[in-house]
Amino acid sequence: MPATLFLPAILAKLADAKQFEVSGGTVGELVSDAATRFPALGTRLRNTNGEPYAFVTFYLNDEDIRFHGGFGAKVSDGDELTVVPAIAGG
Amino acid sequence: MELPTLTHEEILRYSRHLILPDVGVEGQRKLKAARVLLIGAGGLGSPLALYLSAAGVGHIGIVDFDIVDVTNLQRQVLHGTSDVGTSKIASARKRIAEINPHVELTTYETPLNSTNALEIFKNYDIVVDGTDNFPTRYLVNDACVLLGIPNVYGSIYRFEGQASVFATQDGPCYRCLYPEPPPPGLVPSCAEGGVLGVLPGLVGTLQATETIKLILGIGESLAGRLLLIDALGAHFRTVKVRKDPNCPVCGTHEITTLIDYEQFCGSPHVGGDPKVSFNVPEITPTDAAARLAKGEIDIVDVREPHELQIAKYPKVTAIPLGQLVDRIAELPLDRDLVLACRSGVRSAKAVQQLQAAGFTRVSNLAGGILRWIDEVDPSQPKY
Repeated sequence: MPATLFLPAILAKLADAKQFEVSGGTVGELVSDAATRFPALGTRLRNTNGEPYAFVTFYLNDEDIRFHGGFGAKVSDGDELTVVPAIAGG
Repeated sequence: MELPTLTHEEILRYSRHLILPDVGVEGQRKLKAARVLLIGAGGLGSPLALYLSAAGVGHIGIVDFDIVDVTNLQRQVLHGTSDVGTSKIASARKRIAEINPHVELTTYETPLNSTNALEIFKNYDIVVDGTDNFPTRYLVNDACVLLGIPNVYGSIYRFEGQASVFATQDGPCYRCLYPEPPPPGLVPSCAEGGVLGVLPGLVGTLQATETIKLILGIGESLAGRLLLIDALGAHFRTVKVRKDPNCPVCGTHEITTLIDYEQFCGSPHVGGDPKVSFNVPEITPTDAAARLAKGEIDIVDVREPHELQIAKYPKVTAIPLGQLVDRIAELPLDRDLVLACRSGVRSAKAVQQLQAAGFTRVSNLAGGILRWIDEVDPSQPKY
């Protein structure tokens, strides 16, 4: 399924784009697709076990994937996956 | 509790509120009765203090132990040029008294920690998180959950921000959104990464708005939603924040007292720039300059290209930290390399990366270009 991945500025530089098309049937597959194309981005999206970090939240459309099966969450055509890492500036 | 009455002067001062149907006299009396605690009088704390004072919040508390620095003035509009060198608390007191003398201000010129947080927080109805580091954010969250006080959250980085309201009754908390902090040093601070001066104005005024809505009991709160602000794209969007039944603070209630947040976040220091301990070999600028003059070392500058235009090291190889691993072949294994950046944090990471790649003759320039300017070349500007 084609979906759009949205990155915040802090990660966008690792892919040279704030948004791009990714493909996969689950959120984990979308992340794998992005990680394969941009290895430096990949290490910021998932740990060495291929799992999401506790300090990077993924939104499939406007839902936190933690409550919908994590990286196993099913993706539909045209979904939007937004990466929201923790920031602390004030 | 009986709401306080308004004097004639206050009625005139707040007249634009009083004629708003959703505020009115009763709302203004609620604002006067409200007790709001601001954590930090910096970028976010500045618009918060200014607008909440002007709006007539009756009692404001501020926790901050920082001194006004000239680099703060680009965004911290609570403080002025004549305040540089004085405490932010003193500067805030002066400014708030000028904006609204009816505000009763309590100041806490101390680092917030697990020992004092509950004692301070229990005197307030709402806590507003305008801090600049992860340990304090988790501390503020947990203290608010334990006491049942709403936490109006805001956070910024470069051109982007986040805002929400946590720890309302039945609402999610910060740990529901981010169960654990990133490892120290992964997310640059504003001092390292920069921040658009207007951005804390945008996010701080959103926090002030949420605070006033909570006090008045009007509108649609950000509780249960996270507002994402992209100043460059001019995009605002909200996503859902769900209460996590497994959250150790607000879900399972495993955490019943405040913990050691420095340890939880893996960092030994709170406030300002995170001073992360990397445990790598170091060299002082004075020693480095002497050895550089004899041709004994090479300096590798890992700052970004736009920073090199502000202040420079002599005779460097410039490779931004993000490209170091890919360009490692450009560096000699048989020379003493001194890694350098602005303050010594990124270069310490660079030393670790080179050590991991097999380099043994690498050290970190302690204090970066800021200390280099102090010790070696005062002709250059600091940033």
